[in-house]
Amino acid sequence: MTRFLARRTAMLVATMLVASFAIYGALYVSPGSPLSALTGNRPLPPEAKAQLEARYHLNEPFLVRYWHWLVSALHGDLGESIPLHENVSTLIGQRVGVTAGLVLLTSVIIVIAGVGLGILGALGKGLVDNGVLLASTVSAALPSFAAAVVLQFVVAVKLGWLPALGTGHGFADSLRHLLLPALALAATSVALVTRVTRAAVREETGREHVQTAVSRGLPWPSVVRRHVLRNAAIPITTVVGITIASLIALSAVVETAFGLNGLGAYLVQAAQNKDVAVVQGISLVLVLAFVLTNMLVDIAYAVLDPRLTLGGRAA
Amino acid sequence: MSALLEVSDLTVRLRLGDEQREVITGTAFQIAAGEAMGLVGESGSGKSMTAKAIARLLPLGARVSGRVTFDGADVLALHGAELRRHRARVAVVFQDPRAHINPVRRIDDFMTESLRLLDDVPRAEARRRAAAALEEVGIDDPAKRLRQFPHELSGGMLQRVMIATALLSEPRLLLADECTTALDVTTQAEVMAILDDLRRDRGLAMLFITHDLELAGAVCDRTTVMYAGQIVETRGSQRLHDDPLHPYSAALVQARPSVTATAPRLNAIPGRPVSAFEAPGGCRFAPRCPHAVDACRSHDQQLTALDGGWVRCSWAAELRGRLLASSPASSSGENANA
Ligand SMILES: Nc1ncnc2c1ncn2[C@@H]1O[C@H](COP(=O)(O)OP(=O)(O)OP(=O)(O)O)[C@@H](O)[C@H]1O
Ligand SMILES: [Mg+2]
Repeated sequence: MTRFLARRTAMLVATMLVASFAIYGALYVSPGSPLSALTGNRPLPPEAKAQLEARYHLNEPFLVRYWHWLVSALHGDLGESIPLHENVSTLIGQRVGVTAGLVLLTSVIIVIAGVGLGILGALGKGLVDNGVLLASTVSAALPSFAAAVVLQFVVAVKLGWLPALGTGHGFADSLRHLLLPALALAATSVALVTRVTRAAVREETGREHVQTAVSRGLPWPSVVRRHVLRNAAIPITTVVGITIASLIALSAVVETAFGLNGLGAYLVQAAQNKDVAVVQGISLVLVLAFVLTNMLVDIAYAVLDPRLTLGGRAA
Repeated sequence: MSALLEVSDLTVRLRLGDEQREVITGTAFQIAAGEAMGLVGESGSGKSMTAKAIARLLPLGARVSGRVTFDGADVLALHGAELRRHRARVAVVFQDPRAHINPVRRIDDFMTESLRLLDDVPRAEARRRAAAALEEVGIDDPAKRLRQFPHELSGGMLQRVMIATALLSEPRLLLADECTTALDVTTQAEVMAILDDLRRDRGLAMLFITHDLELAGAVCDRTTVMYAGQIVETRGSQRLHDDPLHPYSAALVQARPSVTATAPRLNAIPGRPVSAFEAPGGCRFAPRCPHAVDACRSHDQQLTALDGGWVRCSWAAELRGRLLASSPASSSGENANA
């Protein structure tokens, strides 16, 4: 297990290095000078230009600039937004809570609704199972932007139960504001997780070792808990993990639709403003969150399936 | 003394899609306490389904008629807690131990599960009993084995774990469904010896299912032969081997390549084995029987008593003694009983 963790951590570091290089490099080669956002495309006097370039290290070679950026990033400093004259880490810090809250709440909804419905469908018969199938088909057909519009219109505007826009203040109010966006973000994923869970539980139920447990006279609830669900947890965890990781990228759409002041929405906005440092910073944070989530999934997978750790999985 | 297990007129139909498939037709036999009976037949003859009907493990949608009595209880009518108690007293050892043991739980957990969950035995005590049971089936260093996962053990070792586990619940009947088929010859012999010892020491009744007539004869006093969902012959194992009454039994006797035979025998029964639902009317074995006449194909055959056993062939008395000799597969001339 220790060796597995060490290997996984080394992979994480390598992935982040490659990703940071790609992020920095992509924006470096993208057209337009970072200064143009500041000057509004007006030509600058040469000495002013030189002064600005020196201030933002724009005249140094690419690798040197990348190295500076990376080292400061490791110290928590993601540089300065040229148009806003503000520290990128501070800008990110103000918004990371909203995105984290949104992703977390969405994950909770996905796990409870997706896994719950999937188990219900797999173990239930006839009406229950068909109901679950119908619900998952409908929600699978609902991309998050469409779900956002529907939820805003029905729940917020028509029924007035929850706020349609904005972030809110304080824990309870923030939660109220996050609920609709989280539901919109969860819709498709709940369907996916429901289906995978249903299939996994069905498959495990038919396994020979489950029959052994039944043949030993164990009560069905124990058999389900100790053998069916325990084993189905392996594929379910994988899918839930990958789904949650993908939410990190999808959150931008929902944040924009619900006017949430989160990282995703801000990334879109910063890209439009050619605020290079902010785009780089947010991208780095999102990639880190994505990679970390995947690593957690891998560890959970290894913990759940003893055949893998001992066999030495070359992931 | 009445038998521990009594099966009478057992018919099983399985559902496959919209279709109902008969896989067992009117099976009947008895097993006394401490007795071992072999159940032999080719693939699809319904051996496993017979065992599953007894342990009430038939697939969903199965239709069962007839009667199964175990220790006085009407097995087919059991439900809920009583059904679970019945299952606990009838242990099943399956062919493929690797598939039948949960791969993500430790041996310890697998072995002690029903003790802890059903009998409320404390964990330490359950573990002690599990270790003792492992020793009984000849596994060294049981403490270490208990800590391991199934994938760390060999197939033969896992099958012993399976048997040891079956013993922990102190069953009265053991259903062994081809429990040695997946093992190599040496391990097979060891497992057979273990089963035989256990039966003698504990007075365990056993239904021993196999393809192999000689293997059944090695552990069982009595052997029943099944073909296409029907019993075709029940005899003492030795009598069945030396003097089979049904042409199918005779074909099985000759089908086994014997280690002691001087000349190599032909070992295939011509034609394909069928299941009950695809069997023809009249005698189900007729299409593959070298002795079949027109009457066999048009008349259902009944089980009749003969030579202390039962046989389902109207010509059995006439054919007796000639079956082994007359078969084209035979090269050993007259059989011992002639
Ligand atoms: N779940 C099932 N649904 C429908 N039919 C089945 C099912 N399982 C088995 N059968 C059929 O039932 C018949 C009897 O099967 P059974 O497993 O009892 O045979 P068997 O004598 O044990 O054969 P083998 O030696 O191959 O194990 C076969 O025709 C088989 O195809
Ligand atoms: Mg079978």
